[in-house]
Amino acid sequence: MDWTALRLSLALAAVTLLVLMPFGVLAGRWLATTRSRARPWLEALTALPLVLPPTVLGYYLLVALGGQSPLGTAFERVFGAPLAFTFTGLVVASVIVNVPFAVQPLQRAFAAIPPDVREAAQCCGLSRWQSFARIELPLAWPGVLSAAVLTFAHTLGEFGVVLMVGGSIPGETKTAAIAIYDRVQALDSAGAGAMALLLLAVSFVTVALSYVLSERWLRPGRK
Amino acid sequence: MSFSLRLGHDAPPLDLDVTLPAGEIVGIVGPSGSGKTSILRCIAGLLRPVSGHVALAGEVWLDSARGIDRPTRERPIGYVPQRYGLFPHLSALGNVACSLTHLPQEEREQRARARLAQAHVAGLDDRLPRELSGGQQQRVAMARALARNPRVLLLDEPFSSVDRSTRKRLYVELKRLHEELKPTVLLVTHDLDEAALLATHLCLVQRGRVVQHGPTHEVLTRPSTIAAARLLDQPNLFEGTVEGTGEARRLAWGPHRLEVPDGAAFGLEGPLAWTILPTRVVLHRVDRPSRGEHENPVAARVADVVTLGDDVIARLQPGGLPDTRLTLKVSLHVAQRNALAAGREVTVSLLREAIVPLRREQS
Repeated sequence: MDWTALRLSLALAAVTLLVLMPFGVLAGRWLATTRSRARPWLEALTALPLVLPPTVLGYYLLVALGGQSPLGTAFERVFGAPLAFTFTGLVVASVIVNVPFAVQPLQRAFAAIPPDVREAAQCCGLSRWQSFARIELPLAWPGVLSAAVLTFAHTLGEFGVVLMVGGSIPGETKTAAIAIYDRVQALDSAGAGAMALLLLAVSFVTVALSYVLSERWLRPGRK
Repeated sequence: MSFSLRLGHDAPPLDLDVTLPAGEIVGIVGPSGSGKTSILRCIAGLLRPVSGHVALAGEVWLDSARGIDRPTRERPIGYVPQRYGLFPHLSALGNVACSLTHLPQEEREQRARARLAQAHVAGLDDRLPRELSGGQQQRVAMARALARNPRVLLLDEPFSSVDRSTRKRLYVELKRLHEELKPTVLLVTHDLDEAALLATHLCLVQRGRVVQHGPTHEVLTRPSTIAAARLLDQPNLFEGTVEGTGEARRLAWGPHRLEVPDGAAFGLEGPLAWTILPTRVVLHRVDRPSRGEHENPVAARVADVVTLGDDVIARLQPGGLPDTRLTLKVSLHVAQRNALAAGREVTVSLLREAIVPLRREQS
């Protein structure tokens, strides 16, 4: 059992979640409420990682983050370390790959809030922030939960993009999914099976937890 | 004190300029799609008109010419939208407390409870909106709207989704709350009877324009235009011709020459649209016919009779006007005493002061 790989996967999923959720909430709310003509184009852009093959996306990310690219060069100059084939690079790639998994459920959740509820909040004298924190966010909570679970679970299982951008450096970029692939390549069926089973269990618990939480949230009698 | 509104908008179309009395219940009445809700939304600041001026007792909320546009949250309003807009995740108490965020937590809860009690929903504080009946939801929405002591209360068809008995109770509660708190209430409804029952001032709206406004009794009994009379569902809309001047002035209606009240509307000779309320058409008693020298007597044949509860509505065919129907409304006992039935010959008086001239333009 490669515990290092599993720890790395969990760390990557957690950091991706922390970075992506605030962006996902803001972007999802904006897309749900804007009347901008740019909306369909931006929606298409956020959905792109869903339809692109992971290797294509991984290739472009590798080109964009690599030492030859302006971004990669600038990052290396500022932080003294490269982006490609590092954990930081993996986080950047993972955030981009997971944009649709975070934004789409949040957009649907904010769009489902009836306009008269949003307007009632204004008529009650609530400030924009109060309206967001007390009314919109609690109502969009099931969407927040879905987005978090999808992002977390998808990051745990991501393979193609991780391999392209991070390679397979133990302790740095070798995630659980890569470790399973390595075990299979090494004809270590038992090792691969144990890792796969553990990943399956973690994913199942994550999704089940989201159902339990949404059930509790929707139960009547709350103040 | 007055509440002045001047609104111009394209979609939905609005073109109105009206000053309403503050501190009263004003019924905004019109058919579906006439712009009633849009007027409320402009007042609330939820819809920004292309041009507009909204001011309460000189305090300007919106003046597009001077670039003044107070955000909704800063306008002293309470708004009950058609479907109440209750926050589904908050209890009744939480909904009302949301209007009181400017108060300290303790006072907030105390005031919210008091408002719920005032709206007759005490004891349901912890219920979520989906656990409340339609009438209870309406009361919670009203309590929430009144929580901040608004100067203007905007009600958009607030009684449309509750049953009849609940509606009647809510009418009484609205009147009571208004007596206690005295806000200016703008009540949007398509139900003229409801507006007549609750409002002291009526504003008839059609295609985003104010067709007529004024004290309720005056608007109901004296529509000023053909459009207003149609909105009020007046069945007696006729065309006549003003003949003569001064004492000799008469309204020619077929073979009849009707005396008309003094006033500029009848001053010019020529064609004139006019109306008379069915309740102001006086049926002469069969056993004691009136000579009716000053009562505009008109002989007629009863075309049909319909009984609606304690009222009887009869359509009469006036003598010499075969294609015209004059509607008469009397109480059941008057109809029975005079044996009002289809085919009977009767005489009615069109009271001079009850004849109302109608302008053709909208306002």
